[in-house]
Amino acid sequence: MAAQRFIGRPVKRIEDLPLLTGRGVFIADLPFANLRHAAILRAPYAHARILGINASRARGAPGVVGVITGNDVARLTRPFAVGVRAPVKYYCMATGKVRFVGEPVAVVVADDRYLAEDALELIEVEYEPLPAVIDPERAAAPDAPVLHEEAGTNVACRRKMTYGDPQRCFEDADVVVKAQFKFPKYSSTPIETYGVAASYEPGSGVLTIWANFMGPFILHSLLARSLNLAENRLRLIVPPDIGGSYGIKTSIFPYMALLGLAAMETGVTVRWIEDRREHLLAASSGTDRVAYRELAARKDGTLLAMRARWLDNVGGYIRSPEPGCAFRPIGNWVGPYRVQSLDIDAGVVMTNKCPTGPNRGYGCGHLYFEIERMVDMLADKLGMDPAEVRRRNLIQPSQFPYRTPTGGLYDSGDYPAAFERALKTADYAGLRREQVQARAQGRLFGVGLALAVDPSVSNMGYISVALDPEIRGRPGYLPKSGATEAITIRIDPLGKISVILGSTPQGQGHRTILAQVVADEFGVELDDVTVTDEMDTFTRLWSVSSGSYSSRFATVGASAAAVAARKLKAKLVKHASYLTEIPEQALEFADGQVRPRAGGQPALSLKELAGRVHWNAAALPEGIEPGLEATAVFGFPEAKSPDALDRVNSSNTYGFIAEVMAVEVDPETAAVKILRYVSVHDAGTIINPLIADGQILGGALHGLGGALYEELVYDEDGQQLCASFMDYLVPTAAEAPQLQIEHLASPSPFTPLGAKGLGEASSMTAPAVVANAVSDALRPLGIEITELPITPSRLWHLIEKARMRKP
Amino acid sequence: MKPPAFEYHDPVELEPALELLRRYQGEAKILAGGQSLLALLNFRLTRPVALIDVNRIRRLSYIKEQDGRLCLGAVTRQRAVEFSPLVREKLPLLAEATRLVGHLPTRTRGTIGGSLAHADPAAEYPAVFSALDGELVARGPNGERVLGAREFFQGLMTTALAPDEVLVEVRLPLMTAQCGWAFEEFSRRQGDFAIVGVAAQVCVVGERCKTARLAAAGVGPTPLRLERAEQTLEQDGLSERSIAEAAARAAEQTEPPSDLHATAQYRRHLTRVLTQRAISRALARARGERR
Amino acid sequence: MSESRRIRLKVNCEWRESRAAPRKLLVDFLREDLGLTGTHVGCEHGICGACTILVNGEAARSCLMLAVQADGAELTTVEGLAAHGKLHPLQEAFREHHGLQCGFCTPGMLLTAYDLLCVNPAPDEEEIRAALSAVLCRCTGYLGIIEAVKTAARRLREAISK
Ligand code: FES
Ligand code: FES
Repeated sequence: MAAQRFIGRPVKRIEDLPLLTGRGVFIADLPFANLRHAAILRAPYAHARILGINASRARGAPGVVGVITGNDVARLTRPFAVGVRAPVKYYCMATGKVRFVGEPVAVVVADDRYLAEDALELIEVEYEPLPAVIDPERAAAPDAPVLHEEAGTNVACRRKMTYGDPQRCFEDADVVVKAQFKFPKYSSTPIETYGVAASYEPGSGVLTIWANFMGPFILHSLLARSLNLAENRLRLIVPPDIGGSYGIKTSIFPYMALLGLAAMETGVTVRWIEDRREHLLAASSGTDRVAYRELAARKDGTLLAMRARWLDNVGGYIRSPEPGCAFRPIGNWVGPYRVQSLDIDAGVVMTNKCPTGPNRGYGCGHLYFEIERMVDMLADKLGMDPAEVRRRNLIQPSQFPYRTPTGGLYDSGDYPAAFERALKTADYAGLRREQVQARAQGRLFGVGLALAVDPSVSNMGYISVALDPEIRGRPGYLPKSGATEAITIRIDPLGKISVILGSTPQGQGHRTILAQVVADEFGVELDDVTVTDEMDTFTRLWSVSSGSYSSRFATVGASAAAVAARKLKAKLVKHASYLTEIPEQALEFADGQVRPRAGGQPALSLKELAGRVHWNAAALPEGIEPGLEATAVFGFPEAKSPDALDRVNSSNTYGFIAEVMAVEVDPETAAVKILRYVSVHDAGTIINPLIADGQILGGALHGLGGALYEELVYDEDGQQLCASFMDYLVPTAAEAPQLQIEHLASPSPFTPLGAKGLGEASSMTAPAVVANAVSDALRPLGIEITELPITPSRLWHLIEKARMRKP
Repeated sequence: MKPPAFEYHDPVELEPALELLRRYQGEAKILAGGQSLLALLNFRLTRPVALIDVNRIRRLSYIKEQDGRLCLGAVTRQRAVEFSPLVREKLPLLAEATRLVGHLPTRTRGTIGGSLAHADPAAEYPAVFSALDGELVARGPNGERVLGAREFFQGLMTTALAPDEVLVEVRLPLMTAQCGWAFEEFSRRQGDFAIVGVAAQVCVVGERCKTARLAAAGVGPTPLRLERAEQTLEQDGLSERSIAEAAARAAEQTEPPSDLHATAQYRRHLTRVLTQRAISRALARARGERR
Repeated sequence: MSESRRIRLKVNCEWRESRAAPRKLLVDFLREDLGLTGTHVGCEHGICGACTILVNGEAARSCLMLAVQADGAELTTVEGLAAHGKLHPLQEAFREHHGLQCGFCTPGMLLTAYDLLCVNPAPDEEEIRAALSAVLCRCTGYLGIIEAVKTAARRLREAISK
C-alpha cells in the first residue's frame, strides 16, 4: 500500500478554478464553424394520431435550412432496442402517433434559435386526439386505451419472483402489516438542460455527435443501430463540463439520434439546446409507482418475509435502461435486514406521460420508502420502538460478505455500529424525551429513522432479469454482465504524470479524485499529475458499461487508476533492478523513487528513471518495452449475469446509510419543518471527504425535493401541469435543511483502495426518513404517510380528516 | 424559448410613449421591469406587435411624500422601494411586502407599477393597495385619471387601464401614529408567489381598534379586501376572541381557486390562519412591542 | 422598430459594441455576440438565476432583459469578478467550502452573493439563505455555498476594517 498523503484529505478541487471564473466549457459553449440551430415542435396532445404534417411554409421561412418530420425518421432510422419483449417501437421522434405531451413531432434547423422557433409556428400538424390514460393501475386494466397497438397491452413487462419460502413465513407470522404506497414522478432537473450538436462528414461517413450525455455507453450501440451506422462511424464526444445530470442525462440519447439525423439530412453542423419547458415536459424523470406491500413478522419484531406487488409507470414508451427502476436494486431488495423470503410481482406499465429513466437513487428511493415505512408500521403495531425493531433484524458484521436471497453480495459493513452512531449523534433518546414533552403541549413533533444498503457500480447484467429465465436460457441468448472502467497513465520524459480517461463527470470531481489516487500511488505532488477526462469514443478506451452513473467512479474508476499506476511502478522497479543490479524483490517504489527496501542507496527518482526509459530506448533490457504508459481495465469478477433462479449481484459494492430526522408539523398550516437531520454513511475508504459530503448533501436534497416539493403532475387528459420552474418546485437555499454527516469506513474487499460509491446516497433514504418522521409526528392522529410528496395542502387534508374521525 | 419578433421603442419621455400606444391601437405592450412580461414573451404566451419600453423615462421613477401620501412613480424599481428610508419609516407595510416580491435580483428590474398593472392575484403589491385603498394614476390621450384600488383590479390579471393608458404614479396613505403592520404569507418556497398572503395595517387607540385594513392575495381573481374582518375588529375590539372571529370571517369571505399547489379549502383555511397571524403581529407592533 | 440596433455597453470594465435585434435576450447577446459564455442559461423565465449578472452594480436576470435595454449600461459577468488574476474572496471561499460541483449555477450564485454583500455586508444565516434562494443549485444541497458566503463576508469585512 502506498503512503496516503492525499487520499482521505479534503483536497480542493482541480475543477473549480475554471468554473469559478466563467471558463467552464459546457455543451452550449463549444465553438463550431458555421453552426446552425435546431428547435423542436412538440405534441400538444397526450395521445393522438398524426394525420398529416405540412412543413412547406416552415421550409420557406427566413433562415431555415431544413425541416425533419416523423416521416423522415420512419424512413431513415430504426426504433431503439429495449430490454423487454413487448414489441414497442420507440423512435427518436413521433411517427404516426404521439403518446405524451411534449413528444417531438418535427425539427427545424435554421440560422439561429429565434428563427427556428419562428418557423416551428408555421408547421401544420393535423391530429386525431385519442383517449389518454395516465394512471398505471388504470392503464394495466384490460379496457384501458392502448398506447402501442402492436403490443396489445400497456403492460411492458411483468415478472413474478419468489425467493425462500414466503408463503410459509406469512402463514407462520404473528403479525402481518399491509399497506399501499404511491411514489411520485419527479426529476433532478439539472440546471443545465440537454444539449446536442451533430456534424456529418460524407467523405468518411462519420457522424460526430457532441452531447452532455453521461452514459452508459451501451447506448452508443443502440444509437448506431438506430441510425443505421457502423459503430466505428459514430463518434460521440462529451464536453469537458456537464452542468449536472443525476441520471437524467442518460435519457438524452433519443435527441442524439434526432440531431444526428438532422445533421445528416441537412448537411450542416447543428446544435440544439433544450429549453426548460422542453425539459420539464419531455426529458425524463423517475417513475411513479403504486406498490402494495406486506410484511410478515414475529411478535418480538423479527422480520420473516416481504411481499410486494408494484407497477412502475414508465410513460409513453419503455425506453432503455428501463425497466431498470424495477430491477436495479434486485440484489438489495431486502435492504439491511436478514430477511430470507420474498415474493415479488414487478409490473411495468406505459401511460401517456413523459418516458422515464434513471434519476438519482434509481429504484432505491422507491424501495426504501416502502420498506422503511413498513418497518415503522410494524413497530407501531407491536408497540415497539422502531429503533429496536431495526436492531433485531440487521445483518451482523460477522456475516460479511453476505449473500442476499436475491443474489446480492454485500461486500463489507458494520450496520449495527453505523446505526448506533446515527442514534447517538442525533441523540435519539433525547429526541424521544423531547417528543413526550412536545406532545404534552399538543405539538406535532416526530422522529424518523431510515436505513439503507447503498448499492453502487451497477452490474449491466441486472437488466436481463426483466426477461423470463426461460428466455435467458434459450440457446443463442447472449448473457449480459459487467462493470468496467479503463484508465491510461503516461509518464513523460521529465517524470510528470498524465492520466487519461473517458468518464463523463457532472460535478463529481473525477479529475481531483484521480490526481489524489495517482499522486499517492507514485508518492508525488498533486501538481505533478495532470488528468484529462473528456470522453471521445474514437480516442478513449471504453466499453458498454462506460459512463458516470450508478455511483461508480470512486470504485471502478479509482481502482483502474490504482491498477494502472501499479503496473507502471512495477515496470520502473524492473528497470531499476536492471540498472542497479539489485534484485527486483529487494527494491520498492516509494516517495517518488525506486530504492532498496532495506533503505539507503542507490535511490533512483521517477524523473531519472523516466528519462532513461524515454531517451535511451536502445539500452532497455529484454523484457521491458519502450515507453512509459500503462492501461488498466478494471472489472468486478462478481458482476455475473442472473442465474436461473433470478438471483443476481446487481451492484458491485454496497455501502450503508443510517439516518435520523426530527420534524415538527405546524398544526395550523401543515408545513413540515426539519429540526434535525443526521446521516451516517459507510462507503468504505473515502478518497476526498469534501467531495463525498458534497455528494451526500446534494443527494439528500434531491430526496427531500421528491418527498416534500417536487412532482410532475398531469391532469386526467394527460396535460402536464408544471412545465416551468414556477410550478415545478425545486428546493432553494431557504428550504435546505442542516445536515450532519458522519462516516464509518468498512473498506470493500473487492477494490484496491477499499472505496465504495456514494453518489446517490441520501437521495434514497431522504424520502423514507422524512415520511417516517412526519408519520411519527402525526401518530396521535393516526396518520400514516403512504404517498409523496407531502405537500402542505395534502397534509392539511389528512389532518382534517383525522380530526373529524377523532374529535 | 425565445421571444417572437416585435417592434421596439424606448422613448425617454412620456408623451411619445402615449403617442405610440395610440398608434398601435392596443397591439402594443408597455415594457416596465419585464420580470413577468419577458418570461411570457420567452414562452411566446403573448405576442404584441410592439413593445414600448418605459425604462428610459426617468421622470417616472421617484418616491416622495406629498399631502399625507406616499407617491411613487410607476417605473420605480422594487429594489428602490425596498431600500427607501422614506418607505421604511412612513409606510413599513410596503417595505415588508416588497421584500416578499420575488427575489432581490428580480426586484432590481421589477417596478412597482409593473407589478400592479400585471395584477397577478397572488402578488403582494395588489394586496397592499387593496388594503390601504391605494390610488393608481393613469395617463391617457385625454389626460390623467385617478383610480382607486377597488376599481383598478377588475379580474384575473385584468385592470381598468385602457389600452391607450399608462400607469404613471401610484399612491398610498402614510401610516399614522399607533399603527402596526404585517404582511403574512404562506408559500411553498422562499420567493414564490404566495399560496395565500394577507396584508394588515391596524391602528389602535388605547385598547380600541381605530382602523383595521386587511386584504388577502391568492384567494380569488383579484386581491380581496377583508371588510368583514375589519368590521369585526373595529366593532369588537382587539381581544384574542375578536381576532379569532375576524380571522374566521376573513376566511368566510373567500372563494378561492384550487390548483396544483393548494385546494380551495386549504386556501380558505390558510386565510384564517394568516389573517390571525397578521393581525396579531400588526397589533404587537402598534403597541410598540418589538416583533 | 424590429431592425437590429447598435448596442454600446461596458462589460467587465471594457467598452464593447455590437448589433442586435430588439428581441435578442441580453444573455444570448453576452454569450453569442460578446463571447462571454460564463453566464449560463437554465430556464429563461427568471427562476433559476443561472443567468444572473450585475447591471449597473446590481444583480439582475439577463434572461429577463433585452440586449437593447443594456445599451449604455455597465455590466459585470462572472468573467469580471476576479481582479488582476486574483480570485474574489467569494470565489476563494466557494472553493474552500465546496460550494460548487458541476459549476453551472455558480456564476449566478456568485453574483447574487456579491450583490447581497454589497447591500448587507454582515448578513446572518437566514438572510444569506433568503438571498441565495434566488438561484437554484441542484448539486450542492446549498450548505457549502452558505458557508462560503459567510466566510467571504467575514473576510471582506476584515479587509475593510484593516
Ligand atoms: S436563465 Fe435566467 S433565471 Fe433562469
Ligand atoms: S453546482 Fe451544479 S447546479 Fe449548482
